[in-house]
Amino acid sequence: MLASLLHLDWLLLLCGAWLVVGALGIFALRRFRFVSHVLFPLGGLVCLGVFLVALSAIFESPETAVLPLGLPGLPFHLRLDALSALFIAVIGSVGAGVSIFAAGYFRKGEGTPPGLLCFQYHLFLTSMVLVVLADDAYAFMVMWETMALSSFFLVTSNHRIAAIRRAGYLYLLIAHIGAIAILLCFGVLQANTGDYTFDNMRGQQLSSFWSSAAFLLAVFGFGAKAGILPLHIWLPEAHPAAPSPVSALMSGVMLKTAIYGLLRVSFDLLQMQLWWWGVILLALGLVTALFGVIFSAVQTDMKRLLAYSSIENIGLLCVGMGLGVLFKAYHMDALAALALTACLYHVASHAFFKSLLFLGTGSVLHATGERNLGRLGGLMRYMPWVAWVTLVGVLASSGLPPFGGFVSEWLLLQSFLFTPGLPDPFLNMLIPVVAAAVALVAALAGFAMVKFFGVIFLGQPREAKLAQAHDAGWLERAGLLWLVAGCLVLGLFPVQIIEPIGRVTALLIGHNLADTVRANGWFLLAPMSVERASYAPLVFLVVGAASFYLAVIMVRLLYRGQLRRAAPWDCGYPAGNARMQDTAEGFGQPIRRMFDPFFRMDIKHPTPFDEKPVYSVSVDDHFWHWIYLPIAATTEAVAKLVGRLQQGRISVYLLYSFVTLIAMLVLVRL
Amino acid sequence: MMHAYLIQSINLFASVLLLLSFAMLSQRRILTVIHLFTLQGATLVAATVVVAYVTNQHHLYYSAAITLVTKVIVIPILLHRLIDRLNVKWDVETLINIPTTMLIGILLVVFAFNLALPIAKLSSSIAHSTLGIALACVLLSFMMMITRAKAVPQVIGFLSMENGLFFAATSATYGMPMVVEFGIAFDVLVGVFILGVFMFQIREQFDSLDIRHLEKLKED
Amino acid sequence: MSWSGVFSQLLEIVAALLLAPLLTGWANQCRAWLQNKSAPSLLLQYRMLRKLFHKESVVAEHASQLFRVAPYIVFGCMVMASAIIPTLSTDLPLSPAADAIALVGLFAFARVFISLAAMDIGTAFGSLGARREMLIGFLAEPALLMVLFSASLITQSTSLTSIVETLAHREFVIYPSMAFAGIAFTMVALAENARIPVDNPSTHLELTMIHEALILEYSGRHLALMEWAASLKLFAYSCIGLTLFFPWGIAEVGSPEEMLLALPMLVFKLAIGGATMALIETASAKMRIFRVSEFLATAFMLAVIGMLVHLLLGS
Repeated sequence: MLASLLHLDWLLLLCGAWLVVGALGIFALRRFRFVSHVLFPLGGLVCLGVFLVALSAIFESPETAVLPLGLPGLPFHLRLDALSALFIAVIGSVGAGVSIFAAGYFRKGEGTPPGLLCFQYHLFLTSMVLVVLADDAYAFMVMWETMALSSFFLVTSNHRIAAIRRAGYLYLLIAHIGAIAILLCFGVLQANTGDYTFDNMRGQQLSSFWSSAAFLLAVFGFGAKAGILPLHIWLPEAHPAAPSPVSALMSGVMLKTAIYGLLRVSFDLLQMQLWWWGVILLALGLVTALFGVIFSAVQTDMKRLLAYSSIENIGLLCVGMGLGVLFKAYHMDALAALALTACLYHVASHAFFKSLLFLGTGSVLHATGERNLGRLGGLMRYMPWVAWVTLVGVLASSGLPPFGGFVSEWLLLQSFLFTPGLPDPFLNMLIPVVAAAVALVAALAGFAMVKFFGVIFLGQPREAKLAQAHDAGWLERAGLLWLVAGCLVLGLFPVQIIEPIGRVTALLIGHNLADTVRANGWFLLAPMSVERASYAPLVFLVVGAASFYLAVIMVRLLYRGQLRRAAPWDCGYPAGNARMQDTAEGFGQPIRRMFDPFFRMDIKHPTPFDEKPVYSVSVDDHFWHWIYLPIAATTEAVAKLVGRLQQGRISVYLLYSFVTLIAMLVLVRL
Repeated sequence: MMHAYLIQSINLFASVLLLLSFAMLSQRRILTVIHLFTLQGATLVAATVVVAYVTNQHHLYYSAAITLVTKVIVIPILLHRLIDRLNVKWDVETLINIPTTMLIGILLVVFAFNLALPIAKLSSSIAHSTLGIALACVLLSFMMMITRAKAVPQVIGFLSMENGLFFAATSATYGMPMVVEFGIAFDVLVGVFILGVFMFQIREQFDSLDIRHLEKLKED
Repeated sequence: MSWSGVFSQLLEIVAALLLAPLLTGWANQCRAWLQNKSAPSLLLQYRMLRKLFHKESVVAEHASQLFRVAPYIVFGCMVMASAIIPTLSTDLPLSPAADAIALVGLFAFARVFISLAAMDIGTAFGSLGARREMLIGFLAEPALLMVLFSASLITQSTSLTSIVETLAHREFVIYPSMAFAGIAFTMVALAENARIPVDNPSTHLELTMIHEALILEYSGRHLALMEWAASLKLFAYSCIGLTLFFPWGIAEVGSPEEMLLALPMLVFKLAIGGATMALIETASAKMRIFRVSEFLATAFMLAVIGMLVHLLLGS
């Protein structure tokens, strides 16, 4: 009986298992040890199952199911094809690492009782998987809202802090504005047939006007979830507010469901692509990426820094997708597949390295109680485990070989380089400019990441209490190691990873990159031909390691390795202390100065006559003042106008009802 | 074989012109700007001579000679004497910072190219693909005039704009009629004289060559 | 993979390791001549390396593992870079493993580690140097990438050997875009190798230096590796410049005898390159640190314009 189960059935069973685990948490609200040491590892095990099932489902033909859930006459339609399977695989694999880490992470006194947290967490995972599985607008929206709500409760788990409540509110607000746009988008897509299944939408031949309307609504709606400019405003508030495993899931995985939605709408549900859609996505993605990375380089809170870096990566994903749309619109399928492969590859690699980094900050936060970069430093000596593991994430996030981030950036730049050949000369000329900007973003990401790692883990501890910091426990280490392994596998075996991604591009574009890649050997990544471009990370690593060890052996053999420890030299300055190191503000200063127009800065310089000189700098987002505050002010003004109706006297309210009744009757009479 | 290289070298000269326009845009020192301008004139002369040789258009030799005399010899000498007399050799601050200026410059190049594309397609000249570059040079020089606060670089911007126009004429239609060319050369010379006089006047009035002072002339 | 390929690969690495200090020495010598100073010996770099390798290494008390590993990593990166860049022959078995983008990534990798190591001790100079190094890096890296892309657009390949193969062994064509790329590359190379308009290799005034501030805490064999790596980096950059802009004289695939000729040719080209660099260094003055960002942004823009010019004139 088990053998006859489809992948989809297995996935549903596993989702059920998650819900059971979560429900058990409710029954054990305050039994902390049971929740953390039994339920979370169980959830992690289910994640692993989800990952394996989804991975094998990528290579199978699509499966559909109808669940008799929901409203009468409106059952849930589910469909598991290569695209959804790929995203579920990402959710499962990253979720496994995060769950194992969470087992060691959650402590007493996190606000929400641990059992409830466990329920919300597993509900969040389930809803993400079901969003990706949904095959009609109704199921999609229900799951989308469940995802938003469960993550809202997770974000506000420390709800006694006012700033966190505010962050959660902002998140919920923008998530709902986005949800409205998505709903409208589905409304356009069903083209007046009244049938909201995706199958029906695929069959509709929309005019180019309505297609564009649907696409733009989708960009707005999913962009609100993904954090595309200017709808990014909630992201740097909500992600740092959540407990670290939740931040990891939100940044690493939840943002990707928005990318999934955008891919699903623009490549699967819409039957045509216009070239200017691609330009819009490219432009939005580029601005988002540049904005994200510049802001990330000036942050002084480690989790905010990572949140802005997520905005940057979402921007890069959009750039890849935009390029894919552009090529698809001009029927250059091979190139579209290349750009989309870069995008999907980055989905996976970002999911891994960003979760890894967020979990790393979680460990630091636990060990020191500090999120402020200005009070950290020198932790590599006290928590070497976390430091080395985070270093892998940092390198992957900076897009350095041989890690996962590099492969996706490599593919993205390759797809830019092969653009000459677009029929429009104007686009042809803009492409190198965009490629240059992408290269700049990647290099700036390296700057931000060196700052992140250097200020937290290197140097001298800026506070005395940091010397008491303890390294991560074994469950946390296991979770971190799983994610490190993911980063390495993504970096070292691109040919194998492109196999499943090729299935997805075959589904969306009709061209499978894996065939060409496979033909060039199992370790050589060459998307076009070896003469054009190739990259062999394994050889790269082996030769790099060989030259490293040769240097070590050479030095060891030729010279006796004497080593003496002494006070740091520091140009002979004896009175140096930890406060003289470069701070996070200092590290960001060149960026603040060079990209001055991007920021809304408030710098307070001390005067020579100050008794206690104080220097402070605060960096704010222009968009908050340009867009959000005016909207808030307008809303408040309108609300005040409406508020005048409220008199507080019963007879006045009765009068309103009476007047309404009369008006209605008059209307009927007419 | 030689012929092919000559045709390629027209493209090379065109891009050197563009390069020099960008260099002038990104240069703070007035003295260097003058040197760059002289180089631009020389490149223009070389490009014109090559076009003349390849296409056997003898009148282009004359235009090259006129350019050589006015833009490479007379005007730079005048400018050198001008800055000696005015004693403004050193750095001038730009109104917009240089990377931003260059970024706008890149956008201008893209724009100029697209503008020139339909015209270049109509032209049968061997150098028609450089028309976009010539247009870009004109726009960049204009840009330089806008971003400089001092009078001398503005004059140089004006002159280099004329270089761009000249190159556009050469590349699209093998030059303008002789009469027109003489007229323009004369105009440019007179222009430099007038502007030189003008600058002395500005300085006498404001003790500075900063044209922002001209704002004071506005009546409130 | 043929034996001659393996041979040429090994020869390249050995040549890079041996010639790199010589190139640095030569550049220093030329500069001294140009500045009317009595020149140091050409072999000074070798002697210095020997001396440093023999000394004991003094490491700060609270230095972490990263600090001690970093010199080996940086050195390894530079060795690998010189293995990828075709200097003597285009018949390199390693070249498919890493293309131009991976090469830039490799340089970035070394940069990240050298900066992290500088921050590890937690002195004011080290972290200042790290910040400045990363500032230079984030502008120089994309500029270098764009320079390489300008060549890639011509040859339709990002593989360095294919680029050189096309530029050196096909019919000679004038590529105007390479003029822009060449200037941009010169600017980037000066910045990346801590040369005068950006950094002053001979000063030891802490506030003006970048590269020296980074390796301030190193001594003994670690310092030797760092210095050697810096020489290798200069060598690698010079070779990139030569292969992109003056590629003639590199041996073709399947002709090992040409390699014999390639070596003197390479030395000759490097000698001219080093002298030119010394000339540029002598003729220019060091910039303020915030002029450096403008300098590099200009290089970046020039490289982008180079790509645009290629598309402009190419169509």
